[in-house]
Amino acid sequence: MIEPEISVPVSVPAVVARLTDGEWHRLHPATPLLKGGFALIVVLGYVVSNLRERVLGMFLPRFNDGGDPVDYVVSHGIILQVLAAVAGLLILLIGGFYVSWRMHTFRITSEVVEVRSGILFRTNRKARLDRIQGINIVRPFIARLFGAAKLEISQAGHDANVHLSYLSSAAADDLRQEILRRASGTRAAERAAAVPVGTLLDRRVNELLAPELDPDAAPPESVVKIHLGRLFGSIFLGTGTVIAVLVVIGAAIWISVSGHLFVLFFALPGILGFGGYYVRRFSQSLRYTIAGTQDGVRVGFGLFSTSNETLPPGRIHSIEVSQSLLWRPAGWWQIRVNRASHTSSRGSANQANTTILPVGNLADVTAVLKLMLPDFIGEETSAFIESGMTSTGADGFTNSPRRAAWLRPFSWRRNGFAIVSGSLLLRKGAIWRRLIIVPQPRLQSVGLHQGPLLRLLRLASIQLHTVHGPITADLGAVDRDAALAFFTEVAAVAVRAGQLDTSHRWRSGELPA
Amino acid sequence: MDRLELPGVTWRRVSPRLVWVELVGGAGFLVVVLAAGVLMFLLQVWVALAALAAIAIVAIVNLALTPRRVRSIGYQLREDDLLFRRGIMWQRFVAVPYGRMQLVDINRGPIARGLGLSELKFVTAAAAAGVTIPGLTEAEAEQLRDHLVSVAESRRAGL
Repeated sequence: MIEPEISVPVSVPAVVARLTDGEWHRLHPATPLLKGGFALIVVLGYVVSNLRERVLGMFLPRFNDGGDPVDYVVSHGIILQVLAAVAGLLILLIGGFYVSWRMHTFRITSEVVEVRSGILFRTNRKARLDRIQGINIVRPFIARLFGAAKLEISQAGHDANVHLSYLSSAAADDLRQEILRRASGTRAAERAAAVPVGTLLDRRVNELLAPELDPDAAPPESVVKIHLGRLFGSIFLGTGTVIAVLVVIGAAIWISVSGHLFVLFFALPGILGFGGYYVRRFSQSLRYTIAGTQDGVRVGFGLFSTSNETLPPGRIHSIEVSQSLLWRPAGWWQIRVNRASHTSSRGSANQANTTILPVGNLADVTAVLKLMLPDFIGEETSAFIESGMTSTGADGFTNSPRRAAWLRPFSWRRNGFAIVSGSLLLRKGAIWRRLIIVPQPRLQSVGLHQGPLLRLLRLASIQLHTVHGPITADLGAVDRDAALAFFTEVAAVAVRAGQLDTSHRWRSGELPA
Repeated sequence: MDRLELPGVTWRRVSPRLVWVELVGGAGFLVVVLAAGVLMFLLQVWVALAALAAIAIVAIVNLALTPRRVRSIGYQLREDDLLFRRGIMWQRFVAVPYGRMQLVDINRGPIARGLGLSELKFVTAAAAAGVTIPGLTEAEAEQLRDHLVSVAESRRAGL
């Protein structure tokens, strides 16, 4: 065991300790450049080089009699004025960027992260730590050159995230770990026990910290990686390819019918577009890793521009494991999740950041599910999940009766649900196989429907309501009595699980009282 | 036929006056359809007239079923959750734990206000749940809202 005094700099690096002292701090000095400065320079350069003559002609009609703008300036003796105007503009812009950087400050206390920004229109955003839905660190290629990184703290709601862009790249990982540690409730519990005296508190905190020596900052022990060949294959067996093939067939028919080859000219941009799409998806999905850390699942990807996000426990509202028909021979699966935070920023391969595992085999899926549902996955549950994915029926699930074949001609045998410890499982689809897992503490409400057709067949459909996302957790054509029993039981389960849940302070139970 | 029925639940029904609110809404729609029908008759567009006639018949059947549909709306305040049902042809049941409440809305439309009725909307983080209890008297709605807020406070859960 390391002495507390020694472990001070080890567990909380000095930079992070300074940033999280509860005072206001500024962002990385290169922020203005990274945020808009480069774009401005590029745009200005473009405008000057392309539109120089036209712009000058527009403003100075007399200039049309030819020559260089420099000649014009020199010949009219207005060098000083022009230089002053250019300098003034530049000073104004740089000053604006500088002031905006000066005014953009943030602070991190033990309860909230707060950001204030804006020169004329001030904004102030405060985010409670125990409501954090995930922390994303994005390093765009250019920012990486400057050693800067963007920290994005996700909150529930639409674009309700707190952005700290940009921070020093080295500090970002440690800062995230520190924020998550504070959010996890370990410190809150400790604080209640200890008297808040400066050095003593520090020691107590550091004692606490000593066992968790940077599991995140160390090269992450990658649990699941995507094999290159598999990544390649999965992209080519995706919907994009189906569309491309259809377009090619359509074009071929058109050419053969009409006999005009000019169709090819229309097709060319499309082909180039598809090429770009594949290259982008491929390069962005490279180095995809999913690892379990103490404070949740860490999903990272990217070759040039990298991104990695940590999702604390209890922030995943439902999980869908799916397999399209094209992927079945290879045994590949995709995992998507519903999350409370909706961002307009996109993840790997330009998909919404709700895709946790773009492609993986059965073992990968099990490993990822174990990371996302650590409390829920036991031996028994694993068996359920495996049969939920691949089985064709007759197992622990309550499946649809034979008469459901009228509505589910292919999948009625495996169309069913199961209640396991901690989760609710819905299984459906024979062609496009899907298994939906809803953690019980995340269930908002449960619904039961029956229309005239379902009533005729003595069936009903059930819905598990979770936060909005790509997954809709519902199951149609269930036996009427089974659905009623499910509804009654899940209603009770939802109440119980909601009351027992402590995942908003996921490590609060760690300390001895 | 086998209708869905939850065992051991005594439903609290909403005010029968809600029928009038629904009837006025339905009648307004019917008037618009009939006006369009007259126009089509004058213009002698028979296909459109047939379509409008079909719509009008559906609307009339719908109007006739209104009292039955209003009677089907019910809710029950259980120990830890709110149970809600509605619909006769398309039956719908929802159970929401109180702790999941994000907010409660009370809305009053012009006709409902004239009849002294309110609509209470129970909002959770899941948009799909859609628990909206119409046809409560104003006092009932306010009392129910205060009750829901207080039980949600004591059973608060995260997202």
